[in-house]
Amino acid sequence: MGAVSSYQLRLQRKRWRIRALRKRRELSEVVNRTDKIAPKDILVFSTLRNERVRLPYFLRYYREMGVEHFLIVDNGSDDGSAEYLRAQKDVSLWSTVRSYKRARFGVDWLNWLQRKYGHGHWCLVVDPDEFLVYPFCDTRPLRALTDWLDASSIRSFGAMLLDMYPKGPLGAQPYREGQDPFEIACWFDSGNYMIQKNRQFGNLWIQGGPRARAFFPDKPERSPALNKIPLVKWHRNYTYVSSTHMLLPRGLNLVYDEWGGEKASGCLLHAKFLDTFSAKAEEELRRGQHYANSHEYKAYDARIKQDPDLWCKWSEKYINWRQLEILGLMSKGNWA
Amino acid sequence: MSVGFVMLVHEALNRAEQVARHWSRKGCPVVIHVDKRVTRADYTAFVKSLSDLDNILFSTRHRCEWGTWSLVEASITATRLMLKSFADVRHVYLASGSCLPLRPVEELIAYLQERPQTNFIESVTTEDVPWTVGGLDAERFTLRFPFSWKRHRRLFDGYVNLQRKVGFKRRIPPGLVPHMGSQWWCLTRQTLTAIFDDPDFDEYVRYFRRVWIPDESYFQTMVRLYSANIESRSLTLSKFDFQGKPHIFYDDHMQLLRRSDCFVARKIWPHADKLYDGFLSDSANIMTGAEPNPGKIDRIFSKAVERRTKGRPGLYMQSRFPNQDWENGKTSAQYSVFQGFAELFEDFETWLGRVVGARVHGHLFGEDRVGFSGGVEVFSGALTDNAAIRDYNPRAFFTNLIWNTRGERQCFQFGPADNQAINWFMATDPNAQISVISGAWAVPLFHSNKDFSEIRKEAARLQKIESELLNILRSPYAKARVRVWSMADFVEAPMEPLQTIIDEIGARSAHRLTAAPRMVSLDGFGQFLQNLKNQGMHPHLMGDFPTGVAGVQNRPEPGKPYLVK
Repeated sequence: MGAVSSYQLRLQRKRWRIRALRKRRELSEVVNRTDKIAPKDILVFSTLRNERVRLPYFLRYYREMGVEHFLIVDNGSDDGSAEYLRAQKDVSLWSTVRSYKRARFGVDWLNWLQRKYGHGHWCLVVDPDEFLVYPFCDTRPLRALTDWLDASSIRSFGAMLLDMYPKGPLGAQPYREGQDPFEIACWFDSGNYMIQKNRQFGNLWIQGGPRARAFFPDKPERSPALNKIPLVKWHRNYTYVSSTHMLLPRGLNLVYDEWGGEKASGCLLHAKFLDTFSAKAEEELRRGQHYANSHEYKAYDARIKQDPDLWCKWSEKYINWRQLEILGLMSKGNWA
Repeated sequence: MSVGFVMLVHEALNRAEQVARHWSRKGCPVVIHVDKRVTRADYTAFVKSLSDLDNILFSTRHRCEWGTWSLVEASITATRLMLKSFADVRHVYLASGSCLPLRPVEELIAYLQERPQTNFIESVTTEDVPWTVGGLDAERFTLRFPFSWKRHRRLFDGYVNLQRKVGFKRRIPPGLVPHMGSQWWCLTRQTLTAIFDDPDFDEYVRYFRRVWIPDESYFQTMVRLYSANIESRSLTLSKFDFQGKPHIFYDDHMQLLRRSDCFVARKIWPHADKLYDGFLSDSANIMTGAEPNPGKIDRIFSKAVERRTKGRPGLYMQSRFPNQDWENGKTSAQYSVFQGFAELFEDFETWLGRVVGARVHGHLFGEDRVGFSGGVEVFSGALTDNAAIRDYNPRAFFTNLIWNTRGERQCFQFGPADNQAINWFMATDPNAQISVISGAWAVPLFHSNKDFSEIRKEAARLQKIESELLNILRSPYAKARVRVWSMADFVEAPMEPLQTIIDEIGARSAHRLTAAPRMVSLDGFGQFLQNLKNQGMHPHLMGDFPTGVAGVQNRPEPGKPYLVK
């Protein structure tokens, strides 16, 4: 990488930071409990819209993992999400009714909040339907991981998005509030992921899984990206470029080893495909607020109507992180 | 006569307090050195928390930086205080604030009692040390290191390189033979006082002040001067990873640590409540009397290091995406590629499956779909038979397939009509066994009912593609086990080549092949080739087929399905 392209990336990073600065005006503070954040706390940042039914389990999952504070942007929910979050003692809430799309799918808003509150903390950026699984997560809290990353001088931790789905039609098993979504959506694709290297940003671009298989068989290049780097020891100069797929400075994207070894990594279990999905897909299609003209949601809509079952004979049933490790979807690296 | 503990503490003071209290309660004196970087308030609170115990002392504080003399200085100060203040101490045990005793102190005392003159210190000559960071071993003793490795890495490296170029070498004081080893030792009073009271003590100190990471070499070297009774191993269980950073123990290592029978382990994660509660409680005082046996823990950690440095061969995933030629195995298992066999033999796939007991696919890279074994739509790992998805990233498709089916050999048909995108990949993969009957692609054309002009065009196209593949297979970079026969040669005597291939795959039955697959009819094939020639095309990959002769002489009589040798 030459000096010119390196400088171009620097300019780009500044551009996203200035944009985040500008977009902060769109956020209005609902409740700010950030004064409770202690110096070493692990923080969760999230943007959401109408996720009331998912919230109790989401918060519980990350609280049990050891997350101390949640910083959430509510993008115009009308299902009581905001009221519920406001009542939580460890949540700081901002709201906006402005365009999700024009805030680059929420990235600008969160970049701002992270810049302001995340500096020096381990920050986890996840959607309410994404659940982090990391090596030894059944016996060690998240703090053990971040302490180890600190001790190893590692600043960012990769966790691929793993789409989970139920067996049978999506609507067959309704999701109850507070329930573990993976009691229903407990299946996943174990070995059909395609990886390319993004030369400009240095990250890997991963596609595949049930979404590529079922929704984009004709245009696999359009299937959604699954590579994510959700956990970062934040510095105010950092910025997410596109969702949590990649960051600047680009060194943060190097969560993989290029010389044959394996770095430690996790998975983000994605509880998107529940009975709530078809309603969501329809709404998002109507709002047109998603990436690339919501082509993803168009594809979902078409497919879901004719054949809603993502399950196939070779689907794998989720057991635990060790299973994902053995299948080669994540790795312990040298953490033992 | 007992053992005294010297503790070097710089963080997690509450845990250090717990451990110091444990030792002190069992009657072992403790001298604690607290890093000067710990704030005064924290230090005072720490001292106060242990003020009820009179066999705990605090030594003069030094500012400690990793890799520098300050760490040795801290241990010298504290050890001297220990020897001066507690006259009945015979062994001094150097520990850190993140150490945890795994066995009752009584057992350690008894163990040392039986070995009153033994010094436990890992002490190895520099030639025999495999684990140094940054490639510096012997040079630690002969170069100068004025720059901090942690803070000014570039200056550090630059200065080292400069000294190498100039040929600078420090003089090692006469009599010293540099040794290195784990910095956690347990030495006798006799040895320690000999080190400290030596008239040349100051000279040695002056020398070691400028040595790189002296805490791994000062005592390790000095002890060789004064004692012959050295057990070159540390009583502290401490494992390092490939970057020279200590592995950390967590609650889930409880059983492992128990079974290791080591006396002390480091380093323990400060929030590992179960470990601290478990090993420091009185109920943990089960005497085993066993020799320390860290073998199992060693294996787990060396496996972790191997995973980090070598990884799993043939795996491409989010945190392992090797550059070309650094794959450590392009694919995860051996596989066989057959080109031209399915064209020449009827039902070749079924036959092969029966003979070798492997998974036999059709044309995996077939033009319109993936020809999985049995014609299924979805295969292992939820790979689909969709050609567009496969062709979007053929290499990922293929490495996934081989990875997903670990433990079962994959065989598949290939041909010039298939997607050729991974030819180079397979040719350079030592796991590939590629067998080609060149020119056999002409057989289906020969049997087809197309216009001859069309056949001619198609033949020319396929021949060109196959030639390219053959060029790749013959390149000096090819690492696959490649076998190529011209069709004419193969048809002449098919059993021998088949036997070779099957033997190499390691078939279920070791005995010789008795039945060859049935060959398709080649009556008039020679004439067909002649016709192509007459049309101006030159089919050369098949070898020399005699024109008028009807196919091959040794093919089985009609009605007799198998050739018996």
